[in-house]
Amino acid sequence: MTKLESWIQHNTFHHSQFYDQLELLKQKEKTGLTISLCIPTLNEEATIGKEIVIFRSELMERYPLIDEIAVIDSGSTDKTLEVASSFGADTYFAGDILPSQGHKRGKGENLWKAIHQLKGDIICYVDADIKNIHPRFCYGLVAPLLYRPEMHYVKAFYDRPLAFSQGVRPSGGGRVTEILVRPLFSLFFPELTGLVQPLSGEYAVRREVLERLPFPIGYGVETSHIMDVYRQWGLEAFGQTDLDQRVHRNQETLSLGKMSFGILQSFLGRLKLMGMEGDLPEMTNTLRQFIAKDQQYEQICHEIVEEERPPMIDIPEYREKMGYDG
Amino acid sequence: MPDDALSPILETLPDTRKRLKEMREILLANAVMFGEIPAPTFAEAARARFLMDRFTEGGCLSASTDEVGNAVGIVPGTKSGSGCILLAAHLDTPFAKSVDHTVTVQKNGLAGAGILDNALGVAVIASLPIILEKLGIEFEHDLLLMGSTRSLGSGDIEGMRFFLNNNKLPIEAGVIVEGATLGRLSYASLGMSRGVVNCRIPHGYDFSRFGAAGAVAILNRVISGILNIRTPKEPVTQIILGSVEGGTSFNTIAKSGTLRYEIRSEQSGLVGDINRQIESLLGEIRSSSGVTLRLDEVARRHNGGLTYTDPLVSTCRAVMEVLNVDTIVAPTTGELAALIENNIPGVTLGMTYGENRHMQDELVAIDPIFTGLAQLLAVLQAIDKGICHDEA
Repeated sequence: MTKLESWIQHNTFHHSQFYDQLELLKQKEKTGLTISLCIPTLNEEATIGKEIVIFRSELMERYPLIDEIAVIDSGSTDKTLEVASSFGADTYFAGDILPSQGHKRGKGENLWKAIHQLKGDIICYVDADIKNIHPRFCYGLVAPLLYRPEMHYVKAFYDRPLAFSQGVRPSGGGRVTEILVRPLFSLFFPELTGLVQPLSGEYAVRREVLERLPFPIGYGVETSHIMDVYRQWGLEAFGQTDLDQRVHRNQETLSLGKMSFGILQSFLGRLKLMGMEGDLPEMTNTLRQFIAKDQQYEQICHEIVEEERPPMIDIPEYREKMGYDG
Repeated sequence: MPDDALSPILETLPDTRKRLKEMREILLANAVMFGEIPAPTFAEAARARFLMDRFTEGGCLSASTDEVGNAVGIVPGTKSGSGCILLAAHLDTPFAKSVDHTVTVQKNGLAGAGILDNALGVAVIASLPIILEKLGIEFEHDLLLMGSTRSLGSGDIEGMRFFLNNNKLPIEAGVIVEGATLGRLSYASLGMSRGVVNCRIPHGYDFSRFGAAGAVAILNRVISGILNIRTPKEPVTQIILGSVEGGTSFNTIAKSGTLRYEIRSEQSGLVGDINRQIESLLGEIRSSSGVTLRLDEVARRHNGGLTYTDPLVSTCRAVMEVLNVDTIVAPTTGELAALIENNIPGVTLGMTYGENRHMQDELVAIDPIFTGLAQLLAVLQAIDKGICHDEA
């Protein structure tokens, strides 16, 4: 059995393995760890209410597995924060957290600021656009960390259908993974191909790992996390949990192009850091896309810069808050 | 029930409603989770299993399912064994498994296929053990909680019928919970019959004979005949033509077709009379056309129930009055009919206001649910204090 095969066999879980919430609660008490749930948002009023209701009821009231639920928002213009707050979530505008560090727009920014704002020893990130939300989206990711101390970073994967007008298609999704990320990993980091959905937005991570990771604030945050964790802690630090079906909003192909561009920037940047870049030319930040209408072809240029936040442990306010300098 | 026994229950209602609001997430989460489990009639197993889990987590005794898939659990009373109060909600919905069952949660409402009928009702049953515990409410009687199967359409409330026909526990009274509408007070059953007329053109049918036609045309004759049946306006009697299906294309004579109808009447015996008239009509068309026409009765209810002045009904009205809820008296063809057939006193109550019933965007208003819940708890407490015995 290869190392990768062995890893897949031992570090891949199914959420049903952790269905016994009472047992999970006992294990949590045994470890003494605290858990925070973070939901990054930007205009998610349609789905945020349900997520808060389900998580609060099932994982705080019924089985107190999580110690806090926080919504970290990038600046929604709809009622995301109002709805989340009305159902009892702690809500924050990312710009109000660590104001000395400024405010950048992007999901990665919210995830990074959550490390400073939230209290838990484990932070579980769950996207806000999941239509079929279920407690498994949290406990399925947290549970491996409670049972396996050597594990640091647990990713979700799913049979991810794309919601469309005629109901639910039984398979599909993960297009950027299959077209971009998996080929890149296959070429440069074959062991990482064992991660079924490296770009999934749901993962649970130990604080001591999160605070040591730099955070791209844009599309590349998941890819660079995986590469950084792999570089520092090795393959054994990863776990992954099958959460079955995930129904979410579909994205247009052009948007996926922008996402791919950001991911590629992060990936190549990491290669450079790791001394694996070879003979690459100077990289541009401009993505060119075309829109065709009749015989007219319009070129659209996007400036996509994968700005990056340093590891949280390097931020003075955070060090002070956590008592690292005392 | 004497007023002095009801008064303390009524006095606590506003406070109960307020405290119930503090348990909002528990109830809403259950409504969402039940709503997202498809449960078309005859395929309610997944919903029943989840309800069983909730009963077990809530500390219910004897949580179990029976031969027809009903999920049952008991909240033991302080005088356990002295009798039980049945609290039930039907598990099934009219929506196929393939329909998108996603529920959305808005600030003031829940929306989705089946959330109104009857995911909310089931959620109330599922949440009750934990609600009673948090409110510190205890009953003397055992509270028998039930999610019943095979309620709708041709299900013919078979789940509830099976349970009542085979149950050994003494049931004092029953309350049926429906998502909508708050203020609904059903205490009597309508006479009702659901029929399916199947029309089939036999092999070798002679289309050259006088008056020969396809199945659709034959069903048209059946429909015309049914519309000619005289029904009284008082007591209210109705024949509802629910659906017609048949044929395959523009230019092929239909070889088969189906008509579904429902007869309902406040007058005892009239449903049977109308059904006999339809049988005669089919016989006449059958003999003159040479086609196969078959009538299957798939559901039947009998007239009966409590009276407007029955203490249980009066108590429900008093509770609604204190809560400023307008009473809507309406007869039922739901689970309550099975209780009535078994001479068990009971009522059906609605939990909140809703819209778009039986459409995929059914809508449930959140805030009134707590009034509906307070109402339910008060009625259960009144039954527990002996309301159903006073008239005798």
